[in-house]
Amino acid sequence: MPSPKRGQTGLYNPCMRVSRLDNGLRVIVQEVHTAPLASVWCWYGVGSKNETPGITGVSHWVEHMNFRGTRNIPRDQVKGIIEQFGGSWNGYTWIDETTYLETATRDALDRMLFIEAERMGNCLYDPEDCEAERTIIISELQGGENDPDQLLDQELTSTAFKAHPYRHPTIGWLADLQAMSRDDLYGHYRRYYVPGNATLVVVGDVETDDALRRVEAAFGRIPAVDPPRRPALSEPEQGGERRVVLRREGTTAYFKAGYHAPGVSDPDFFPVLVLDAVLTGAKGLNLWSSFRTPPPQRRARLYRALVERGLVSMVNGALLPTEQPFLYVISATVSAGASLADVEAATLAELDRVRREGITPDELLLAQKQLRARLVFENDSVTNIAHQLGYFATIASVDLYQGLASRVAAVTLDQVAAAATRYLATANQTIGWFEPELHG
Amino acid sequence: MADMKRPAHPAPEATAPVGAAGSVRPAGLQPSRTVLDNGLAILVKEARTMPAVTINLAVRAGSACDPADSVGLAYFVSKTIDRGTERRSVDELAEELDGRGVSLSVNVTRHLLTISCTCLVDDFEAVLGLVGEIAMAPSFPPSEVETRRGEMVTAIRQDQDNPGVVAVEQLMATLYPNGHPYGRPAKGTVEGVGQLTRGDLARFHARWCAPGNAVLVAVGDVEAARMTDAASRVFAGWRGAADPAPMVAEPAPLTRRTRRVRPMMNKAQADIAYGFTTIARRDPAYDAYWLMNNILGQYAMGGRLGESIRERQGMAYYVFSSFDANVVAGPLFVRAGVNPANVDRAIESIDREMTAMAGKGVTDRELAESKQFLIGSMPRQLETNTGIASFLQMVEYFGLGLDYDVRLPELLRAVTRDEVDAAARRTLDADRAAVVIAGPYQDDGKP
Repeated sequence: MPSPKRGQTGLYNPCMRVSRLDNGLRVIVQEVHTAPLASVWCWYGVGSKNETPGITGVSHWVEHMNFRGTRNIPRDQVKGIIEQFGGSWNGYTWIDETTYLETATRDALDRMLFIEAERMGNCLYDPEDCEAERTIIISELQGGENDPDQLLDQELTSTAFKAHPYRHPTIGWLADLQAMSRDDLYGHYRRYYVPGNATLVVVGDVETDDALRRVEAAFGRIPAVDPPRRPALSEPEQGGERRVVLRREGTTAYFKAGYHAPGVSDPDFFPVLVLDAVLTGAKGLNLWSSFRTPPPQRRARLYRALVERGLVSMVNGALLPTEQPFLYVISATVSAGASLADVEAATLAELDRVRREGITPDELLLAQKQLRARLVFENDSVTNIAHQLGYFATIASVDLYQGLASRVAAVTLDQVAAAATRYLATANQTIGWFEPELHG
Repeated sequence: MADMKRPAHPAPEATAPVGAAGSVRPAGLQPSRTVLDNGLAILVKEARTMPAVTINLAVRAGSACDPADSVGLAYFVSKTIDRGTERRSVDELAEELDGRGVSLSVNVTRHLLTISCTCLVDDFEAVLGLVGEIAMAPSFPPSEVETRRGEMVTAIRQDQDNPGVVAVEQLMATLYPNGHPYGRPAKGTVEGVGQLTRGDLARFHARWCAPGNAVLVAVGDVEAARMTDAASRVFAGWRGAADPAPMVAEPAPLTRRTRRVRPMMNKAQADIAYGFTTIARRDPAYDAYWLMNNILGQYAMGGRLGESIRERQGMAYYVFSSFDANVVAGPLFVRAGVNPANVDRAIESIDREMTAMAGKGVTDRELAESKQFLIGSMPRQLETNTGIASFLQMVEYFGLGLDYDVRLPELLRAVTRDEVDAAARRTLDADRAAVVIAGPYQDDGKP
């Protein structure tokens, strides 16, 4: 990483600026003047892939703790601190990142920056609060397990990976959540919550120079600490098909097929993204918003082969942008009366066909048009724009984000065919079944 | 016995602004509203946030229109209405929509069937034309009806295995008994859906989907006049008159506490639903109830309930209350997901919060904070095209007036503590609450 330097800026467009404070904090400001709002996100390059056995789930638990008061925001003043400005706040943790946000009226900018600066340096980790969060998070885990689809997803992921820490769920394993201590949490927090491991994003009705001055005032005094080195991690190539079958009480069967897939910086990522659009409809690339509306998928191959034939009531594909190679997962809800074996056979027949024949020129154009539209739709608010800037800066680069549309447009038929052959190979495949057992 | 009310009719023209004389008022959304000769109301609003337009057509054809022996019909219509029209096959429709990156959503609530989508500006006229065709002339092809029926059956079975859905449906059935439209599951039952025919779908459409029963909203980066013109062209030929809206009875509040347990022993966590009936949306006490609910179970992650059950006791990942005033008295209910060992403690805590708020009311500070929050949230709510479109549909449906966004802050500021306390006293009575537990929990015979 180049040594941090004040005022080192890269102008991507007249309204967006990337700079770095002396302590290493990367700052991205984009002016959007359509509403009197500002959105502030603070991103940390830490997620569940930074965890080792015994402390799985620590990154997510740390995120929860970081809403529970700081040295200068006492516990009883957390409530309402941003609501006073009509604002909303939230945060999430996933495999590569942890992030926090506030969106409020623009006059709350200093307040939002103050909250994030406090979060970076001064969280309390009161032992009683640690215990309260332990049970809250176990409740979150058990709520997730109530959903058979989510349960299967977790089992499929941990079957597909045997070495890479992408294998364990972000929420962690129950035994680790029961055993971890306050010191485990605090140590993780201190190690990763340093300016050089963070990106602060401000998007909205602000003036760039003014916003940067305010950022400097809020964060400038946080000392520079060497950010932890990223461990070099890789998953050995999968040697053959894997399979996981869950048999539980339930009413509905679920099917999944997962394939090791390229990370977002790999040139193969965009051909696979187009391939997914052809198979299940284009989704876009915004984790915060794109998956809340269903994709246009009625012409998609797997929709026709599975939903239109009545084998499943829903089919979807997910290629999410990740720093390192993760999974492309196809999921389906099996129709009452249809069998998992039939769904699997029909799915694999379609995947086999695309591996042998590739996609057609019409399908390529359609996928590109759909993706172009989704990339527009997913940037409809200051919150969503700020999310995308910070997300891509954290797992790849702002350049990559700026170039999404052109990368999609540059994908060729040959690239998609090659990606299908390579990634949808049987040896790269993990099949998951949730087989319901009727209530006795 | 309860009185009967019909759903609200189209909004009157904008009511005169109310406010301090001489004060500077923000301009607000100022949507442009046109009513066609056939009765269709069209609201459009230019918004320059991105090169896209959101189209939202709401028809008063929600699940309250389901005949008593055909529960799930409106929902079935929503799953089939966009699967072929008199002019286009299902494949041709898919071609037209998918080819533009558009995914159409068709949703059903108690009173509305809504067709909505977002498209790029260049595609606006073409996509609006498709929305019009789908709303006005669906063909319900028999093979499509059968495939979607299968999907509905699967969705109903999934719901039966979802403790959150089971808890809420049981709560609504308890609060709205005897076949009340708010107490019936919108998707119907597996057996019931099996009986519905293509003719039922077509008749439902003919009976309820008419221009005088519909509101079209378009919001996006297109001139208002161009949007209105396009909508007028598409919908001018829409003919027909809907039946009068179905009568919906005002629910009777429970006279005693009612507790139901739905054991689902295959689950890890129990879902609690706990609630009351409240008031109708047009009730003058609406704003007081809205603020009361915000203080009780919304403000800053779950209000008082979140502070007690989540933050202090660490019992639940989620706990909140929601308030859904409707054409007749809608529900206010609390939802919490807790470990089965904590179910009784969590319900006791909810009872305690209800009793405290009903007995001692809210504080001046809580009221001021919630007012500030709800008023301050408006710019966020109205930032996106989809947010504006939903807001305008709500305003139109309940007849709140085209300047409602401008009047809203004044309405909230005017609410007094006495009014909020009165709302709490009237509704939050733990002795008359409906309580449902769904999950790995067995009843011990408690009342």
